[in-house]
Amino acid sequence: MIKVEALTKSFGRQQVLRALSLEVPTGSITVIIGRSGGGKSVLLKHLIGLLYPDEGRVLVDGVEITALRGRALDDIRRRYGVVFQGGALFDSMSCHDNIAFPLREKLRLPAAEIAKRVEAALAQVGLEGMGAKFPAEISGGMRKRVAIARALVTEPEIVFFDEPTTGLDPVLVNTIHHLILDLHRRFRFTAVVVSHEIPEIFEIADTVAMLHEGRIAEVGPPAAIQASPNRVVRQFIRGEPDNSEER
Amino acid sequence: MPERPLAPTLRPFDAVGGWTIALLDSLGRFGTFFAEALAAVVTPPFKLRAFIDRIDYIGYRSLLIILLTGTFTGMVLGLQIYLTLVRFGSEAFLGPAVALSLIRELGPVLAALMVTGRAGSALTAEIGIMRITEQIDALTVMALNPMRYLVAPSILAGLVTFPLMTAIFDVVGIFGGYLVGVKLLGLSEGTYFGEMQTFVDLNDIMTGFWKSVSFGVVVTWVCTYKGFHVGHGAEGVARATTQAVVLSSVLILVADYFMGSILQ
Repeated sequence: MIKVEALTKSFGRQQVLRALSLEVPTGSITVIIGRSGGGKSVLLKHLIGLLYPDEGRVLVDGVEITALRGRALDDIRRRYGVVFQGGALFDSMSCHDNIAFPLREKLRLPAAEIAKRVEAALAQVGLEGMGAKFPAEISGGMRKRVAIARALVTEPEIVFFDEPTTGLDPVLVNTIHHLILDLHRRFRFTAVVVSHEIPEIFEIADTVAMLHEGRIAEVGPPAAIQASPNRVVRQFIRGEPDNSEER
Repeated sequence: MPERPLAPTLRPFDAVGGWTIALLDSLGRFGTFFAEALAAVVTPPFKLRAFIDRIDYIGYRSLLIILLTGTFTGMVLGLQIYLTLVRFGSEAFLGPAVALSLIRELGPVLAALMVTGRAGSALTAEIGIMRITEQIDALTVMALNPMRYLVAPSILAGLVTFPLMTAIFDVVGIFGGYLVGVKLLGLSEGTYFGEMQTFVDLNDIMTGFWKSVSFGVVVTWVCTYKGFHVGHGAEGVARATTQAVVLSSVLILVADYFMGSILQ
């Protein structure tokens, strides 16, 4: 289980997270929704150890990762897979080498085993035979799928998806969502998904947490969130304009 | 509690204080970055493939510009020094004058400036783009140290390639001086090379060598640091690239003076 306790983070005078608390159950898909600039990516960076909080802590299976540095933190990160918003594929490497990279460098597997696993990973995301292409030669949707394949190829226990469908058309959004769901059913990893895709994202979520002004405004199963009487949640889900910004 | 605004008379002190803190902060980060890079250089595993790639990137691809600038620098030196020496009837010393100027000073400095312009700027831009597209974050969350994959091979390649580029610059520069002095102005070949052998000793060559080694470290350190700490977007990469080239060039000239003073 991932447990976030009273996480507070400021950049200069701007407070992004305000004593935020959240629990992510093991083996579930937890989706974090919220408006742009609301602190979703900042929260995710705390969960993967790229940022440290001003106050509060993050615990992964009881280990306080916000107190860890160096190798101790790397030991936790070895259990992670991360799909970045833009894919973060290494543009000097082919898709095959991108997926092979963590196997070669993290797990140090033999070449034949790496080749087998990479082909299997490409097949899982529907990109058989595309390994020789470079990231610049494929479409945005394909890049996302390669990024997902790279994140999952080491069979991580916890996978973080930072807006995995941003900038994709509705068909590709659904394709990626169903791919995440399908892979989750197969590998049973704990997933944390940051997303804007309403209402499509509710189809894959076990738990939805709405982040607003640096705090969790509401958390619960998708049906409960959709029926929430909370004004902020309703406004976000229905995409109602925010009149406070016009004033 | 909201902060009280400063009295107008105190604002200049506030600005100077803020600027000093920012300067010390960036110097501290610069130093820490080098210490981390050094730790990655001296501890296994050694990334041989990345090291060879960097030698190709910094050294081999700078070869043409080094050959061109080296030849023309030697030709200019040959012409100007000849025109000066001929007034005193000392044109026989053209060979050593060209060789000493190149080996002790111009070779290491100009080769380093040329490699900075070609490869240093590209190094900053490449690492900067990796930073803004989260490729460096991707390495970090894979529990792989980006210093080991990106910075350590570059610094090691700088250590190897800068002396090599300098040696090539010196050789083609001496050849350029020969073309002008001997082939164009009629100095005898034996005088040009014979006097060179008399006046240039190992100490001169080692001075140039140590200078080029230090420039190799400085340039790769500055350029990788600027790429790592790039600002936002394309503008941030452009600014970091400019800063890397300017800072590297200034540090080359500063280091040249101090190295020259110590090694004379």
